Amino acid sequence: MEFPDDIKYTKEHEWVRVEGKTAIVGITDYAQDQLGDIVYVELPDVGEILSKGDAFGVVESVKSVSDVNSPVSGKVTETNDPLKENPETVNEDPYNEGWIVKLEMSDKADIDDLMSAKEYEAYVTEEKA
Amino acid sequence: MKHTPLYNEHLKLKARMVEFGGWEMPVIYAGVIAEHLAVREAAGIFDVSHMGEFEFKGPDALSFIQYLTTNDISKIADGQAVYSLLCSEQGTIVDDIIVCRFNPEHILIVVNASNIDKDWDWVTSHKKGNVAITNRSDDFGLIALQGPKAAQILQKCAGAADIPAVKPFYLAKSAVCGIEGCILARTGYTGEDGFEIFCPSKDTPKIWQALIENGAPLGLKPAGLGARDTLRLEMKYSLYGHEINDKTNPLEASLGWVVKLNKETDFIGKSAIEKVKAEGIKRKCVGFQMIDPGIPREGYGIFPTHQRTNEPSGQIGFVCSGTMSPSLQKAIGTGYVPTEDSKTGSKIYIDIRGNKRLAEVVETPFLKK
Repeated sequence: MEFPDDIKYTKEHEWVRVEGKTAIVGITDYAQDQLGDIVYVELPDVGEILSKGDAFGVVESVKSVSDVNSPVSGKVTETNDPLKENPETVNEDPYNEGWIVKLEMSDKADIDDLMSAKEYEAYVTEEKA
Repeated sequence: MKHTPLYNEHLKLKARMVEFGGWEMPVIYAGVIAEHLAVREAAGIFDVSHMGEFEFKGPDALSFIQYLTTNDISKIADGQAVYSLLCSEQGTIVDDIIVCRFNPEHILIVVNASNIDKDWDWVTSHKKGNVAITNRSDDFGLIALQGPKAAQILQKCAGAADIPAVKPFYLAKSAVCGIEGCILARTGYTGEDGFEIFCPSKDTPKIWQALIENGAPLGLKPAGLGARDTLRLEMKYSLYGHEINDKTNPLEASLGWVVKLNKETDFIGKSAIEKVKAEGIKRKCVGFQMIDPGIPREGYGIFPTHQRTNEPSGQIGFVCSGTMSPSLQKAIGTGYVPTEDSKTGSKIYIDIRGNKRLAEVVETPFLKK
């Protein structure tokens, strides 16, 4: 299980990587492992305005359906459209090729209360136990 | 939660365990898709020990089974098995079962795990004639070995038995891996060739291990409830609690083929089912395929593609099961719709989280072999 330390994590198992004003969002390695084979990803529309905590998309495995919530507020600037054809990318590379949306953040302070890699790893270990 | 004799094997294989009908069962080992495809292309091995077995012995065993179940057990041979139903007086489905006829005075039925207690009350409270009924559920482990290579793998472990001679839906008694007293049934619920092996409970792990050891070089994988569900759904086989339950009748569930209204003896539910047949069914369980994106899931609403005045709420049915089919790579599902919408080619909307997505009623099984 990987926990890169250049990103922030939510309790709902999303991650966010901030590059300037842009927040790149996906689901964590733990989340994809729990879901199993991902067969469908529903993406939001570019231009959609999201508040922190909004469910903006859905990731489905063969057996289950999981909402994806936005870790930050902002406007959707780009979606990872290749996931429509190749949703398994989320399983294979959740932190890079498997990103889901990019947002233009409205408040950079939104990430302040998110978990660090260390905190998230501890959180997941507790959830598994 | 209850454990099967193979519980420790699942833990050793690092399966993900879930609760199912009161049992702690493996849902995934390596991944649903890989397990599913292994069964279609080579072989898979499933623990189905949670299923129940009731034994009927005595001079009236056959006539009692005929009274209890909808299929005609007088028409199958000794040593043969058949799919059948237990129905209520109202003609609704108590359970779907496999009936194994060893001879007219010795019959075994296999029932769903979640229905063992209900079915036991049902059969014992309707007992007729000179027959002894025994709940053997804890005496047997049950292993389903399924897939095109199942027979070849089983032969390696059951040297003395003539596996090719056991035809589909027939039974054979045999030693497996030196364990006497196993029953081989060429049955299953995946749409593939295969066997269900009734093993003495305590010896089940040994047989499981040997089948995996002999099967792995041929591509066999242990497969969990997740793959079992996608495999049966591609064939549109009913799963109790989903397509069928104690409120559905066999005709609307498209299970009329296991209800033999013309058999010589009366059976529980016959007059009610005859009445349904005479009046015509109002709804039907159909298979559908998504045209729009999205995956149908149990409980989603089904809506008409044209406004209709007779359903003011708009909803005309509901989804029983749905998934992304690993073999077809299409989103498929089953659901009840009014008979007028049940024809192949009918268009319906599935309400996927508030969005109406177009789907089409298709021929089933979804997977054509």
